[in-house]
Amino acid sequence: MDPQAAKLFGAGLAAIGAGLAALGVGNVFGSFLEGALRNPGAADGQQGRLFIGFAAAELLGLLSFVVAMILIFVA
Amino acid sequence: MAEAGKVDPMHQFTIEPMFGTDQWQIAGYQIPFTNSALWMGIATLALLVFVWGGMKRQLVPGRWQMAVESMTGFVDGMLASNIGPAGKKYVPYIFSLFMFILFANVLGLMPLALVPGLHPFTFTSHFSATGVLAILSFSIVLVVGFWKHGFHFFSLFVPHGTPLPMIPLIFCIELVSFLVRPFSLGLRLFVAMMAGHVLLEVLSGFVISGLNAGVGIGSVVSLLSFTLMIGICALEILVAGVQAYVFALLTSIYLNDAENLH
Repeated sequence: MDPQAAKLFGAGLAAIGAGLAALGVGNVFGSFLEGALRNPGAADGQQGRLFIGFAAAELLGLLSFVVAMILIFVA
Repeated sequence: MAEAGKVDPMHQFTIEPMFGTDQWQIAGYQIPFTNSALWMGIATLALLVFVWGGMKRQLVPGRWQMAVESMTGFVDGMLASNIGPAGKKYVPYIFSLFMFILFANVLGLMPLALVPGLHPFTFTSHFSATGVLAILSFSIVLVVGFWKHGFHFFSLFVPHGTPLPMIPLIFCIELVSFLVRPFSLGLRLFVAMMAGHVLLEVLSGFVISGLNAGVGIGSVVSLLSFTLMIGICALEILVAGVQAYVFALLTSIYLNDAENLH
């Protein structure tokens, strides 16, 4: 395969990771909402943990973006 | 990568010397005053004006003082819930960090390019800027941890109640997860801001090439892209706030580890 084509192909494959991270982020907020609607009184106190979970899930998706950018512009 | 006639989405991140300072040198290294430094200065200035406007200490606060007080109260509450009473002394640092990143992110999204010759620059979309902020936070964690607990700080890497045969393995895992913190902290902010700006630029490229393609198909493509762009802009403002909040929140959680071990 042409090296340039292989790079772009790899960057496209790396974009799958962004979609998978979307599942993770959606799961974080969905589960939070599910719990928050059952016990709205406790919801406000857990907002910090919500964003920690969001940050952890999001970071892995952002890493796939970094991989794609490195493949296109650096490698 | 960009061919002629296409919008290059990475061009907006170029760091350029400003005001003819590209020949400034310190010890043989070229240290010009760049657009990145300019926008850091603008963010600092905006932050100073914002806080100064709320320092009148009126008994019945006006709107401006209320805005500043709600921000400090927000950071204060975050530290109190994450660190406890010992978190009070970190309020100035976390407040400056949070507001600096927030102002930088929001200023970079402002549609200032409508004024000809003016290009807003988001310096938080560069790892050199966010990495330094992350290293600063990490150094404070290390200094506080070793100052307060001495070599007992290493008990952070062995949680309570770990079975004896598991200790070497857990120690290595915890050590790696501790050492990777400054990278993940800086990387998250920089990549989130960069990805958002690339996305906006790619969509605006669609609008322009749609208009160039003619009236029929062009109006459909351009209109759809433009509508999507408005939505993404709103999302980016949200992301700017959330990323500043996450940076401050994670810093306060790491400070909690240093302050209270676990």
